[in-house]
Amino acid sequence: MHSLTKTISAFALLIMTATTHAETVQIAVAANFTAPMKELAVAFEAETGHRVEAAFGSSGKFYAQIKNGAPFAMLLAADAATPAKLDEEGLAAPGTRFTYAIGSLVLWSADPKRVTDGAKVLSRNDFRKLAIANPTLAPYGAAAVEVMQALGLEQMLEPKLVKGDNIAQTYQFVSTGNAELGFVALSQVAKNGQIREGSGWIVPAELYTPIRQDAVTLKSGADNPAAQAFADYLKGEKAHTIIEAYGYRF
Amino acid sequence: MGFSDADLQAIGLTLRLASLTTVLLLLIGTPIAWWLARTPSHWKGPVGAVVALPLVLPPTVLGFYLLVAMGPNGPLGQVTQALGIGLLPFTFWGLVIASVFYSMPFVVQPIQNAIEALGDRPLEVAATLRAGPWDRFFTVVVPLARPGFLTAAILGFAHTVGEFGVVLMIGGNIPGETRLVSVQIYDHVEAMDYAQAHWLAGSMVLFAFLVLLALYTLNPTQRRF
Repeated sequence: MHSLTKTISAFALLIMTATTHAETVQIAVAANFTAPMKELAVAFEAETGHRVEAAFGSSGKFYAQIKNGAPFAMLLAADAATPAKLDEEGLAAPGTRFTYAIGSLVLWSADPKRVTDGAKVLSRNDFRKLAIANPTLAPYGAAAVEVMQALGLEQMLEPKLVKGDNIAQTYQFVSTGNAELGFVALSQVAKNGQIREGSGWIVPAELYTPIRQDAVTLKSGADNPAAQAFADYLKGEKAHTIIEAYGYRF
Repeated sequence: MGFSDADLQAIGLTLRLASLTTVLLLLIGTPIAWWLARTPSHWKGPVGAVVALPLVLPPTVLGFYLLVAMGPNGPLGQVTQALGIGLLPFTFWGLVIASVFYSMPFVVQPIQNAIEALGDRPLEVAATLRAGPWDRFFTVVVPLARPGFLTAAILGFAHTVGEFGVVLMIGGNIPGETRLVSVQIYDHVEAMDYAQAHWLAGSMVLFAFLVLLALYTLNPTQRRF
C-alpha cells in the first residue's frame, strides 16, 4: 500500500511538473488546412514545448459543437463567416479574429494527362462527373460555383456535379477516379507551389471571391497561454512560409 | 414551416431505396440464411462472419472500400464498365448495392435463427408425406418461420432508412438520386438551419420508434435479431 501511494504521488508530481512547463491547446481546423496544420503543429511544438491537438472537419460542424460546449480553444475556419458568427454570439474571445490564410482553388484530376489546357477541359465535356464541395456548406464549393458561372458553363456542368460534404471528401471522389475532375483546394494537391500528382489548373483569382480563412480564439481558450502562443505563431514569418508552400496567399 | 420540397424528395427517395433493398435482401438473404442454418460444412463459421461484418465495421470502412471497389480501377468498377453499365458511385443503383451489403446481417440473422429453431423434425415429417424440397420450403418453413421473416423485413427496411456513413461516402449528394433523408438532415445541421433539421430529425425518431413498436407488438416472442 505504501509503495502504491508513493507511485501515485510520483506520477502526480510528474504530471504537475509537465503541465507547468507546457500547455495543451485543442484546435478545430478546417479540412482544407489539414496538411499545413500538421506541419505547423510539429514546428510549433518543437519551438514552444506546448502541445497541439488538432481536430479536422467542416466549419459548420465545428460551429454546432462549439455552440454546444466543445472544449476547443481555437477555431481555424474555412471561411470568415463562421468566426464572425461565433464572435457575434459571444462565444469567441473579443478582438482575436484574424485572417490566417487565403485559399486557392484548383481544378484537379488524378489523371496526369487530363488537365493540360486550363479551363478548356471543362468545355470539352469528355468526362462523366465533376466533383465540388457542397456550395451551401463549404466556401471552396461556393467558389467553384462562381468559377463555373464566370466561365458561362454552369448550366452545361450542372448534371455532372457530385457534391462532397466537405473539401476532403471532394478530394476523395477525384483521387479515387470516381469523378474525373473536381474543384479542390490547392493545399490538398500542392507542395512547394507545385501540383504533386495528377494534373490541375490553378484557377485565376479574379474568377471567384477570395476564400478568406479566419481564425478565432474561443472563450474557453482565452486564458490558455498555448492558444495565445499559437495565434502569435500563425501570424509569424515561419508559419507563413509553411502555409504559402501549400498554395495559400495572404 | 414543415417539410420543404427537397425534404419530401429525400423522403420519397429513401423509402424507394429501403423498399427495393428489403425485397432484394429477402431474395438473396433467404437462401444464405437457409444454408447457414442447415449446413454441416466447416464454411458455416467464415460465411456467417462475413455476413455479420457490417454489424461491427464502421460505415466509413464499408463506404471507403465500396468507393474504391466500384471506382474505375476497382474490381466491381471493372466489371460494371465491361458490362456497359458505367460506374456505380453517385447513382441510385450504387446505393442499392451498398445497402444490400450494409443491411445483410439484419435480414439473414433473424431468418437463420427462425429456421434453426424449427429443427429437422417438421421437414422430416413433411418429407415422409412426400413433400418435395420446394414444397417443404414454402408450405412448412415459410409459415413456421414467419416471425423471422417479418423481423428480417422490418429490420432490413429500417436499417436502410437509417443508413448514413456509406451514403455520404459514395452518394455525392445528388437530389432525387442519392440525397437521402439522413444526408438531408446532416446538410441542414451543417448549414446551421436547425429548425429545418428538427422537422426531419424528429420525424426519423418517430419513425424508428413506430417501427420498433410494430416489431415488438406483432412479434412479441422474437425480440432479438
